[in-house]
Amino acid sequence: MKLYKLFVYTALIALTVVILVPVMWVVMASVKETAEHYGNPWALPTHIHWQNFVNAWTKANMGGYMLHSVAVTALALGILLVVALPAAYCLARFHFVGRKFLNICFMAGLFINVNYIVVPIYLMLSDGDKWLRSWLGSSFLLNNHLVVALVYAATALPFTIYLLTGYFSTLPHDFEEAAYIDGAGYGRTMVQILFPMAKPAIITVILFNFLSFWNEYIIIKTLVTDREQWTLPAGLLNLMQAQQSAAEYGSMYAGLVMVMVPVLVLYICVQKNLTEGMTVGGLKG
Amino acid sequence: MRARRTAFLWLCIAPAVVLFVIFMAIPTGNVFRLSLFQRSTFQPEETFVGLQNFRTLLQDKIFIRSMQNTLLLIVAVTLFTMGGALIFAGILTGQKLRGQNFFRVVFYIPNILSVVVISGIFSAIYDVDKGLLNSILQLFGHEGILWKGEQYVIASLIIAMVWQALGYYMVMYMAAMAAVPKSLYESAALDGAGGITQFFKITVPLIWTNIRTTLTFFIISTINMAFLFVSAMTGGGPNNASNVTLLYMYNQKNLGGGYGYAMAIGVVLFLVSFGLSALVNRFTRRETPQY
Repeated sequence: MKLYKLFVYTALIALTVVILVPVMWVVMASVKETAEHYGNPWALPTHIHWQNFVNAWTKANMGGYMLHSVAVTALALGILLVVALPAAYCLARFHFVGRKFLNICFMAGLFINVNYIVVPIYLMLSDGDKWLRSWLGSSFLLNNHLVVALVYAATALPFTIYLLTGYFSTLPHDFEEAAYIDGAGYGRTMVQILFPMAKPAIITVILFNFLSFWNEYIIIKTLVTDREQWTLPAGLLNLMQAQQSAAEYGSMYAGLVMVMVPVLVLYICVQKNLTEGMTVGGLKG
Repeated sequence: MRARRTAFLWLCIAPAVVLFVIFMAIPTGNVFRLSLFQRSTFQPEETFVGLQNFRTLLQDKIFIRSMQNTLLLIVAVTLFTMGGALIFAGILTGQKLRGQNFFRVVFYIPNILSVVVISGIFSAIYDVDKGLLNSILQLFGHEGILWKGEQYVIASLIIAMVWQALGYYMVMYMAAMAAVPKSLYESAALDGAGGITQFFKITVPLIWTNIRTTLTFFIISTINMAFLFVSAMTGGGPNNASNVTLLYMYNQKNLGGGYGYAMAIGVVLFLVSFGLSALVNRFTRRETPQY
């Protein structure tokens, strides 16, 4: 039995090393000087070379990308919540004609992968732009962060609605009845009574969608042709591909750390919600 | 009252439906419709060509190569991730361990990182001269390996993808395993069943529904993840050795094959992924044991 425990710990620690060492390796590389990158790769950095971060932030435009990331993610999350919460509430708690059909449609949406439809979305927007240019003389559909946020929100709808309806339908109906008797209307009942009760599910929704919006890079690269307007992951990828030829590793690793750290900090703060939230949506089987 | 209820419902549901229709339903319909047309950047008007795109597809060597790579990645990544996740989840829920929560937190980390970050990390690991792996090999007097060369590129991708997905599925299975009643293990232990027997005779059968669901979704998600990983890590190279179907489809925009051809690729991949999921779903059907 003792031997088995030893084996178990060895396996767990091995996996921990496999996960943490590469992450540490990159963090370490981000504070090394250019010359050190050509030396022994296992050597610890001689001193913390912050210049890499300054270079990444200013020369490689990571500062601008960071701003765009924050804007697009916040916008997309806002739109998603405003649109998905009321819809999920109604789909879960009212009986009306077409409810079943709508539920099936959103469920089917779970199987539509964004990467299949990103090209048609691009075509639709560029056709729209062409049409706008011929009528108004200007266009605003491509290269627009608001449109990107709308696309993010739309593609996250099926999962979000699925998760929220699942949660709303577990709440007892007495709350609404009591509120109606007290004279509250539909809107007030929904916003002031039911939404606060769904807080655990809402937190889960925000966390998962924050991660997927913050980390996304295919849609932004396709729908925004102006590279200056990209978000962090897209900008980082650009930087990585540029640095590979220039062999200037410092600012590439600094950029990498900049994308990674906000997510890691958030994760450490909310890890309990995140790993427990996975079961909220009813994936419990 | 009736009218107000209807107005309320409309107000709540209409925005979601509008967003869904514009950015999901219509583009999905367009994937199928455009696959029968010819259209490219230089020739923006659509001409109907029937099944021409699909006929070209069957002769396209790069398409076939990309399909093989996709299937290989699906099979390998699924096997390693599912197997590993089940084993580690079993270990972590099986008994009282010190630092259980710490391990759970650490194992989940790769899942929250952007694929771009992960591919950056793995570029550092796979680097020919200064990479982590090759410097370990050199410690043992080995020659460095060209990890992103034609020979090893798929294996390198598999390692990165398993690294990313393992923790997520592990946490998922841990949640399922926590619901299995402890008394079952206690009585099995009394009957003399060891940890491994318990795992295969109690744990796996009782969470079989979860395993099935995750397996079905895993196939669809691996196609997607393979695209993200390959486009960030290798761009499909060298020499198409790591090209996958979604990337090939996406790149048609620049390759001159045109949007119609790209959509035909999408349709075939869509059908294949659904077929695979249906097959897996069918062959993993088991009676859930009652307890």
